[in-house]
Amino acid sequence: MTETVETQVLDRIITAHGQKPSAVIAILQDIQEHYRYLPAGVFPYLAKALKISQSGIYSVATFYENFSLLPKGKYVFKICDGTACHVRKSIPILERLRAELDLSEEKPTTDDLTFTVETVSCLGACGLAPVLTVNDKVYPAMTPDKASELLNSLKEELKNA
Amino acid sequence: MLKTREDLKAFRALCQKAVKAEPRKILVCAGTGCIAGGSLDVYAKLKEVMAAKGLNCSVQMEVEAGIPDVALKKSGCQGFCDMGTLLRIEPQGWIYTKVKPADCEEIIEKTILKGEHIGRLAYHHEGRACKCAAEIPFYAKQTRVTMARCGEIDANYIEEYIAAGGYEALEKALFEMDSDRIIREITESNLRGRGGGGFQTGKKWSQVARQKETVRYVVCNGDEGDPGAFMDCGVMEGIPHQMLEGMIIAGYATGASEGYIYVRAEYPRAVERLRGAIAQAEAKGLLGDNILGSGFSFRLRINRGAGAFVCGEGSALTASIEGKRGMPRVKPPRTVEQGLFGKPTVLNNVETFAAVPLIIEKGAQWYRSIGTETSPGTKAFSLTGNIRNTGMIEVPMGTPLKEVIFGVGGGMREGATFKAVQIGGPSGACLTNDHMDLPLDFDSLKKVGAMIGSGGLVVLDENTCMVEVARFFMNFTQKESCGKCAPCREGTRRMLEILERIVAGEGRDGDLEMLEELADTITATALCGLGKTAASPVISTIRSFRSEYEAHIYEKRCPAGSCQKLKRITIDPELCKGCSKCAKVCPVGAISGKVKEPFVIDGNTCIKCGACLTTCPFQAIKEA
Ligand SMILES: Cc1cc2nc3c(=O)[nH]c(=O)nc-3n(C[C@H](O)[C@H](O)[C@H](O)COP(=O)(O)O)c2cc1C
Ligand code: SF4
Ligand code: FES
Repeated sequence: MTETVETQVLDRIITAHGQKPSAVIAILQDIQEHYRYLPAGVFPYLAKALKISQSGIYSVATFYENFSLLPKGKYVFKICDGTACHVRKSIPILERLRAELDLSEEKPTTDDLTFTVETVSCLGACGLAPVLTVNDKVYPAMTPDKASELLNSLKEELKNA
Repeated sequence: MLKTREDLKAFRALCQKAVKAEPRKILVCAGTGCIAGGSLDVYAKLKEVMAAKGLNCSVQMEVEAGIPDVALKKSGCQGFCDMGTLLRIEPQGWIYTKVKPADCEEIIEKTILKGEHIGRLAYHHEGRACKCAAEIPFYAKQTRVTMARCGEIDANYIEEYIAAGGYEALEKALFEMDSDRIIREITESNLRGRGGGGFQTGKKWSQVARQKETVRYVVCNGDEGDPGAFMDCGVMEGIPHQMLEGMIIAGYATGASEGYIYVRAEYPRAVERLRGAIAQAEAKGLLGDNILGSGFSFRLRINRGAGAFVCGEGSALTASIEGKRGMPRVKPPRTVEQGLFGKPTVLNNVETFAAVPLIIEKGAQWYRSIGTETSPGTKAFSLTGNIRNTGMIEVPMGTPLKEVIFGVGGGMREGATFKAVQIGGPSGACLTNDHMDLPLDFDSLKKVGAMIGSGGLVVLDENTCMVEVARFFMNFTQKESCGKCAPCREGTRRMLEILERIVAGEGRDGDLEMLEELADTITATALCGLGKTAASPVISTIRSFRSEYEAHIYEKRCPAGSCQKLKRITIDPELCKGCSKCAKVCPVGAISGKVKEPFVIDGNTCIKCGACLTTCPFQAIKEA
């Protein structure tokens, strides 16, 4: 295990939710918000703090779709594939982004940890389908071309940063 | 801090006075849909323009502040998502649609300063500009009851809700009614759960109230898992206090002193607004110890989901709040007996709780005067897909399907023909032209093998392949199956495999019978509602669109022309000039021919990528 976790960060999060087993999901959510994934070092630390087994925490973390044990990119594209977006052709958008970044369902994140492309079921903006989000900012009425443009502008932004 | 009922009444009077004193108001829609469309930019621009013109603009109603020139507010979802960014101008009640930051200067200049209407920003119906909601069919044909305040008040401030009569029902419940009386009122109203099951709310509450165990919980199901429904999101974002009020009343009626709200992870704004609402209610003494001096204490917490659809199921949801894997368990014991932390628990849906204050305030009789005998009240739906007016709507229970689709919804989008409407999401069914007169209520839908579900209505046009729709839902359900019981875990996988084969043109004789058999088994033996209803989208489409399945299986043809693998790409020899451009772009070398003579595509090699289609300068290549 090479990943180190900052214990002050974890302690702050644990204190905010209370040091009890029932808070484990909320704690994992905040940790993931901080690191954009769950580093392996989190598990032994939380197990001790919450007095539950490491495997118990691991089983919770793997059950829920939103937890990721692998690092995600700086920009996370979530293409909505809820019903409303699906019938308004969300899949071609997904395919375009994956093709441009050489990603797939199995490999959602670029090697340089810049971009992640994944799907999500309904963001509550179905009236403007198809939608996608980049780091939680919602982009409505998308097309494959608009998605490419968006991707290019993010690449530009990175270059200039 | 409000310590007594009189304090609240006095505070309400102040709030109402402050609201009345606002001479002009602009409500900018700040629902998830409009925000996605840029409504916060419009909001910022309006503020900027007003500041530049020296107008005194208030962004938060404060009871003791002076009178502003204009009150600028962020409302919850105003419903007409398709027309965003939406603006509501008061006191005229004008509605402006598709507002962009570039329009703001003119709005302030003409409408706010001179009181002139800007026709260009109005919604147009049959060539005529509609100024107010009453003239816009989308609004005029709805009956807004539960959602009446959503979009009409600022969603961020408790003062606005209180001014609009909020927390009056709580007052009445705490000081004029006891537990029995409240439960009797809810039972008599015949309020049925809006989360899909339609279980009688009063019955549920009385079962919890009867338990020996005195520690009880109230839980609100804000998981809204149906991918294509967003009404609960609308309530949580737009009228969070109304839902909280319903939960506090439920707590008082059932003897609970703690409640939890479980919100879907994908709704960050709902979480934010609920957090704000809880903090404000606590600060005002409407949540916490000894509420308004009544002796009743109640606290609320929020739990965020983590992306598991099955957590919408009651026992999975409570397991998730307990910090466990969200897996359903065998019942009995039921949630009313042993729910959250093993204690008696009232679990209701967002919209159900939001209806409670209205029933307490206006009475069961009033509520039963809306809707049908067995399904009283209204139902919120989200209307999406290839329909003209997409958005969040509310109609009386029992409204015929055609009124929703062609009345409120305004019919199909330009050039599209109605094929079906999907209702109830992954547990639901497809309704067709044959169902246009069907009243939308719990029992009528059940009779035709559908269900109201959470209220997602996705309208499909003739270019939608129904086999693909069935595959889409089965793929969803299969991924979301928690894996606890074999019929669901394995059965949905088998059904998905068959559907995937069919849309890929590899369907076989006997597939339909196999799907039906698997469906029967899963429905009869799965542990929870997810598995029990998983086959419903497949069964309903086989029932209504059998010939479409058969065309895929026996003729390897997709009648809707949507299944990629079944597309046939051909070159019209009449139009082909033999330029060879297509052969050069084909990535798999499926096109051959002699220059200046018609080229041909080898259908077996072709991967239907469509590259040649756009390349041909003579439009000789066709897709069918
Ligand atoms: C797989 C599954 C998903 C569900 N999802 C939801 C949901 O997202 N929201 C909801 O309110 N009820 C959902 N339900 C229904 C709940 O189990 C429960 O019946 C409901 O929340 C009770 O509230 P009500 O009586 O007010 O409808 C779901 C049920 C199942 C089996
Ligand atoms: S029916 Fe499906 S989701 Fe429900 S308990 Fe069984 S495996 Fe889990
Ligand atoms: S289906 Fe995409 S936002 Fe709802």
